[in-house]
Amino acid sequence: MRRTFLGMPATAPRGVGHLRGEEPFPAAARRGLADPQLRRNLGHATTTIRAKSGAVIGELPDWQALREAGAAIKTDVLARLPELLEQLEVAVTAAGGIVHWAADAVEANRIVTELVAATGSDRVIKVKSMATQEIGLNEALEAAGISAVETDLAELIVQLGEDRPSHILVPAIHRNRAEIREIFLQAMPGVDPSLTDDPPALAAAARRFLRETFLTTRVAVSGANFAVAETGTLAVVESEGNGRMCLTLPETLITVMGVEKVVPTWRDLEVFLQLLPRSSTGERMNPYTSMWSGVTPGDGPQAFHLVLLDNGRSAVLADEVGRQALRCIRCSACLNVCPVYERAGGHAYGSVYPGPIGAVLSPQLTGVEENASLPYASTLCGACYDACPVKINIPELLVHLRDRAPHPKAEAAAMAAAAYVMDRPALYAAAQRAARLSRFAGRRGRGLPPPLSGWTIGRDLPQPPEHTFREWWAQR
Amino acid sequence: MRVALFVTCLADTLFPAAAEATVRLLERLGHQVVFPPEQTCCGQMHVNTGYSAQALPLVRRHVRAFEPYDVVVAPSGSCVGSVRHQHASVARNAGDERLASRAEAVSERTYELSEFLVDALGVTDVGAYYPHRVTYHPTCHSLRLLRVGDRPLRLLREVRGLDLVELPQAEQCCGFGGTFAVKNADTSTAMLADKLRHVQSTGADVCTAGDASCLMHIGGGLARLRTGVRTVHLAEILAATERSGSIGRTAVRA
Repeated sequence: MRRTFLGMPATAPRGVGHLRGEEPFPAAARRGLADPQLRRNLGHATTTIRAKSGAVIGELPDWQALREAGAAIKTDVLARLPELLEQLEVAVTAAGGIVHWAADAVEANRIVTELVAATGSDRVIKVKSMATQEIGLNEALEAAGISAVETDLAELIVQLGEDRPSHILVPAIHRNRAEIREIFLQAMPGVDPSLTDDPPALAAAARRFLRETFLTTRVAVSGANFAVAETGTLAVVESEGNGRMCLTLPETLITVMGVEKVVPTWRDLEVFLQLLPRSSTGERMNPYTSMWSGVTPGDGPQAFHLVLLDNGRSAVLADEVGRQALRCIRCSACLNVCPVYERAGGHAYGSVYPGPIGAVLSPQLTGVEENASLPYASTLCGACYDACPVKINIPELLVHLRDRAPHPKAEAAAMAAAAYVMDRPALYAAAQRAARLSRFAGRRGRGLPPPLSGWTIGRDLPQPPEHTFREWWAQR
Repeated sequence: MRVALFVTCLADTLFPAAAEATVRLLERLGHQVVFPPEQTCCGQMHVNTGYSAQALPLVRRHVRAFEPYDVVVAPSGSCVGSVRHQHASVARNAGDERLASRAEAVSERTYELSEFLVDALGVTDVGAYYPHRVTYHPTCHSLRLLRVGDRPLRLLREVRGLDLVELPQAEQCCGFGGTFAVKNADTSTAMLADKLRHVQSTGADVCTAGDASCLMHIGGGLARLRTGVRTVHLAEILAATERSGSIGRTAVRA
C-alpha cells in the first residue's frame, strides 16, 4: 500500500460532537457545586461504587500484575496501531463484515447516516456507546430524519430528560430515583401514570417501553469495548441485556469504534475482561459479554458494518507522553475516586469524557488550546492513577498538558517574576520579608486582588510569622 | 549523622515553626543539622502550573545546594515528591541529561521527615510528649507519591499523652492542590468543606499532617469557621517534650 504523509495528524473538528464545553471548567463547576441534589446524588453513588469496586479488587492477589499486563498490551497496540487495524480489517472482511474508515466525526456521522438510510429504516436502536456520543451521532441521524433510541437504562433516562450524560459508565449518575420517576412520567410514551420510584418498578417501565422498540427496529448502532485483530471479533460488555438484544435482533448492525480499541489476540481479552468489570461496576464479571465476528448466515444481523473512528486519536498518538491516554478502557474508575468530579459533577467538564480521564483526553483530542481549563481541573492528588486498571499516569499527563496550555498573561508574568526572585537568594529573602506585609490584608484577606481573592472566599490567610526560618537560623 | 535541612520555601517563609521543630527534633536525636543557605524553592509550583521551563533554574539551584550532602531531610511530602518525581524529568525535557542524573542522585538521598525517622534511623518513639487529642490527615503526595503509609501514625502512636483519633475519609484530598486553590477556588472550597466536617467529627483539638501547605489550607478553613481546632505540623508534635511545654502553644497556625 502506498502512503502519503500529509503533516501532523488533525484534531477533532469543531462544530460537531461533544468534546468541547461552552464555558471553562471553573465557571461550569460552579453550576454543579451549587446544586445540592447533584452533590448528594454523586456523593452517594461514587461512595457506593468505590466500596464495591475496592472489595472485588481486593479479592485478586494478582491485581497489580493484571494492571501491568493491561498497560503492556495497550502500549504494544499503540506502538503498532496501523498494522493491527489493517489486520482487523482483513479479518472482519473475511468474516462477512464491511469496514469503513472515518477520519473524523463528520465522516463517521455521514457514513452511519448513509448506511441507515440505505436500509430504509427511520429508526435505530442503540447500545450505550461513548464513541457515538463523542461524534454527536444522534443529532446527525436526527437531522437526516432518523430517530435514535438509547436502550441502556441510564442513557435512556438522559435521552428522555433531554439531558447530557455526566459519567462514562452511569450517564445518569447525577439523577436519583425520584427524579427518574418524574422524567419517565413526563417523557416515556405509554407509561403507567401510577409509577412509583421503586427501582424495580422504574426498570420494569423502561423494559416495557424498550421491548416493543427492540422487536420492531431493523437497524442497531453500537460501540465496542474491544476488537480482536487476529479473529475480527468485536466485543461489547454490559449489564442490562439491552446490548445483547441490539446486537442480535436487528437485520443490520453498525458498530462505531475508536481505533485504539483494537487488541492483538483473543487471549488478550483474558486480561481486560478481568480488569474492566472490577474497575467499573465493581462486579467480578459483567452480566453480559457479547462477541461476534462478521455475520453468521441465518443467525443474528445479516449485515455488519464496522466504522473505525480516528477523530483526533492519531494526534494523541503523536505525543509521546500524551499517548498513554489512549490505553483507556472507559471503566470510569478514575471518575469514581476523583474528589473534584465528585463535587463538580460530570457536566462541568463540557465533554462526553468527564473526570480525570476526560481532563487529559478531551484537550488532546481537540487540541489543548480549545480545552485549556481542563488540565487544571485537578489537585494532582493521584487517586486516579492508583485506580486506573491500565496504569495511565493521569497526574503526569495533566502536568504535561498544563505545560502546553495557553497561559493567562498576568499569571505568566507573575510566574516569571517568582522564578527570577527564587533564583536569587538575596532577593528571595527580601521578598520573604515583604510577604509579612500580608498582615495588612487582614486574616480574612479583604482587599486581596484576584486571583488571590479566590483563597479568601472560604479560608483565612495564614498569620505571618515574626521571622522567617532563615532569619532564626542565622541568629541561633 | 550530618543532615542537610531542605526547609521548603513555604515553611521558611510562612511556617518557620515547622522547620525549627524539625531542627530541634533531629538534634535531640543526636544528629547534626546544617542549612544550605543557597536553597530557595524546589520549583514544584512552576512545574505543576505549567511552567516547567522556568522551573529549570530552580532545579539546578536545588541540586547544586544539596549535592554536597549525604542525607537531605524535608518536613514536606509534597516537596520531596517533586524532587523525586519531577526534578530529573524537568532537566531531561530541557535536554540537560547531566543535570538529570545529578538530580536523581540527590533525590535518592532525600527523605521526607517520617521516612527518615522510621526508615533511615529506625525509630518510632522519638521521646515526644504532646497531651492533646490529635487527628492525622495523610496528605496526597506523602500518601500516593512517596507511599509513606502508616509511618506518621506509628510515630504519633508513640507520643506520650497524645490521644490519636482516626479521621474519617482520611485519604480524600483536602482540595488544596497548589494553584488549584485559586484557579478553581469554588471546587477547592467544596472539597475543604467535607474535610473540615470530618476533622470536626473526630472531636480533636489538633489536626496534623506532614505538609505545611495542606495544613495552611485546612487551617485556613478551620479558622474561618471559628472552629477552635488548630493545625500543627507533624514535626512540631514530634519535637514537643515535657520540658518544651506544648500547652497553649500554637506554633503552625493558619
